[in-house]
Amino acid sequence: MPEKFTSLQEAVSMVPDGAHIAFGGFTVQRHPMAFIYELIRQKKRNLHVYGHSPGGDLDILIGAGCVSRIEIAYEADEAFGTIGPRMRRAIERGTIEWEDYSNFGMVLRFSAGALGLPFLPTKTMFGSDLLKREGFPQSSRAGDPKIASAKYHTMECPFTHENLVLVPAIKADFCVLHAQQVGSDGTVRIHGQSFGDVQEALGARTLIVTCEEIVDANQLRAEPERNQIPFFRVHHVVHVPYGAHPSACYKCYDYDPEQLAIYHERAKDDKTFKSYLDEFVHGVKDHKAYLERIGGAKRLDKLTADATLGYNPTLKRRL
Amino acid sequence: MSQKYSEDYTLTELMAVSAAREIKDKEIVFAGTGLPMLGSMLAQHTHAPKCVIIFEAGTVDSQLAHLPMSVGDSRAMRLASTAAGLFEIFTTILQAGHVDVGFLSGAQIDAYGNINATSIGDYHRPAVRFTGSGGSGDIACLSKRTVIMARHEKRRLPERVDYVTSPGWIDGPEGRKRSNLDWGGPAAIVTTMGILRFDDKTRRAYLASYHPGLTPEGVRDNTGFELGITGATETERPTTEEIRMLRDVVDPERIFLQ
Repeated sequence: MPEKFTSLQEAVSMVPDGAHIAFGGFTVQRHPMAFIYELIRQKKRNLHVYGHSPGGDLDILIGAGCVSRIEIAYEADEAFGTIGPRMRRAIERGTIEWEDYSNFGMVLRFSAGALGLPFLPTKTMFGSDLLKREGFPQSSRAGDPKIASAKYHTMECPFTHENLVLVPAIKADFCVLHAQQVGSDGTVRIHGQSFGDVQEALGARTLIVTCEEIVDANQLRAEPERNQIPFFRVHHVVHVPYGAHPSACYKCYDYDPEQLAIYHERAKDDKTFKSYLDEFVHGVKDHKAYLERIGGAKRLDKLTADATLGYNPTLKRRL
Repeated sequence: MSQKYSEDYTLTELMAVSAAREIKDKEIVFAGTGLPMLGSMLAQHTHAPKCVIIFEAGTVDSQLAHLPMSVGDSRAMRLASTAAGLFEIFTTILQAGHVDVGFLSGAQIDAYGNINATSIGDYHRPAVRFTGSGGSGDIACLSKRTVIMARHEKRRLPERVDYVTSPGWIDGPEGRKRSNLDWGGPAAIVTTMGILRFDDKTRRAYLASYHPGLTPEGVRDNTGFELGITGATETERPTTEEIRMLRDVVDPERIFLQ
């Protein structure tokens, strides 16, 4: 199925305004950043974004005005900068709607979608305001049939009579992942931690995978136990080397402390954030041009992962 | 032989050492970003070489050579026993009841050890928004015990938090049971001024120890809720060996140590 392989521009153009979408990765790791930048270039609007622990991917998308609603558990670049300045501002100004769950709650919601179930039970979130406080106004839930009809329910277990929390399944229109390797048939191999990627991917209606490398299908099929997503569940594949920059991609490259510092500095203020977008997103025509803009090989070589460790042990992480 | 206790240490180092001492050997430890990473890696290199460090992004029993800056950091992969994702960690390890001690932090902590990591003020119109729960709410619900790390300021330690992201003892001895939480609860709050523990009967926090150079009254005056100080002693200082290990082995890059 050669039509599975497409360009970044074309893959992004399939996402309509108002789409419900989930992105892979975790805080400063393996986000499909090239795809995120292209969503911004194509001026997508009113996206409904699902995540467990996004980082700069969600923050820049919110800052660029692409997002109207989020359902997440956490947002930060962790030790590189706590909560993203753009998301913080959007919530404090009330320019987006949000629903808070825990990471376990969100990953179970993705899992329910992947398992073909309407909900899954859990013992988490009891005693917290994650259950007591609803973020979305009722009008939003009533107005979009793709949003779950309630944030959660509780039930008494019919076997043991203990109380359980039920979290609603997520069936996103799109899931976008960045993986290290995809086979020529579409088989996906993620190296290292998989975060929530597999559950997100298998629960979505359309799965788009960007990747560092496309390899012969038989190379991956020689060790099928190391592959996570079968080829027929993958709808579109885009080859984008360094597609997760400035987040890390295990075994390929580390996170980029310099770029993360520039982002967090400029994202603090509306004007300087706009200058970041102008310089690194709108001002470059594609991801190749972006990589040149941030310094090309001179910058990227500093991030190259040690083949055994999977990261760069000599990377200067505190600037 | 050199002196047992160090004369030269920072507040961050004292907190990291205090966090490490909360971990017993062979325990399963759920660690978050920052001080808990310093503390658990220090414990692994000192008194608890067989403690098992779990990170929610997917790794089990990392043998850390470089401090992670994220719980999903590639550095957490080194010589781990298994690596998968959040689903496996939260279900088969945390919810199944295998985590002995979880580390948490937050913007506000109240007298019952409830944590706010979500927002200050009206939830729908917050004055300040924070990161949100992440795994914090889950760790608080489902670990056998938790240790909370906090900056000790009046406004950060109120009687009640604005939003309960991660439940502690909720409102007293029956709070967790009433909320369908069958086990767990906070054991300590390690702050920049001392170590708080919880009364077995009331489940309210009291001052167990104050850091060297401070007085129990001074700590009480910097606490937003009514803090009992009877019987408080001075926090055990870091040993020279703990400080050497922290600086030379755990964090030579000065990721979290200033």
